Amino acid sequence: MDIRVQSAPFDLGQEANAFAARQAGMGAIVTFTGVVRDVAGGLDVMEIEHYPGMTEAALTQIAQDAPERFALGDVLIIHRHGALTPDDLIMMVATAAPHRASAFEAADFLMDYLKSRAPFWKKEKTSDGSDWVAAKDEDETALNRW
Amino acid sequence: MDVLYFAWVRERIGRPKDVVETQAATVMDLVEELRAREVRYEAAFADLSSLRVAVNQELTDFDAPLENAREVAFFPPMTGG
Repeated sequence: MDIRVQSAPFDLGQEANAFAARQAGMGAIVTFTGVVRDVAGGLDVMEIEHYPGMTEAALTQIAQDAPERFALGDVLIIHRHGALTPDDLIMMVATAAPHRASAFEAADFLMDYLKSRAPFWKKEKTSDGSDWVAAKDEDETALNRW
Repeated sequence: MDVLYFAWVRERIGRPKDVVETQAATVMDLVEELRAREVRYEAAFADLSSLRVAVNQELTDFDAPLENAREVAFFPPMTGG
């Protein structure tokens, strides 16, 4: 299990390769990557705030829950904070499992939990001002699937 | 205990942290004490349905006891990912 909370950018290819290279007997590796999206047009900066200490604890808890539910070999979570701009990579999740079903499912599970239970908050800054991104009801509903 | 604020709660209150001497038994008691401080606290805690709380860095409810609480944090629903 590898959990990283950082302001620095990460190299998706390098991280995915390193994650794959350290697995043994895993037939499936799934990676998910979140990217800063300029939804309305005019997004200058996405500022991501987090709760140092609790963030790491919450991500670790989520990553520990996943193998108990799915036949999972390994988990990687990288989540950035600080000032990001459109098309920057925000975060990535990688899962390794003997078969693809559990690798996909575990990645989905990790993303649902990470969205509503890891203490991050996004603020979008445009030329018109800035606004906190509101949590969506459907994100909370998605948790009920598990 | 340390009381921390994040995102718009921090902005509304105008500071990231207070060090509070309190006998509050529950999170809700602490909220009432904070509300009584100043208008900006009252504004920040006006609608508790739009707030979440963590005690000692674990998510909990507003009726949670504050026994052994070293750190209480208030923030809006999280938007990770």
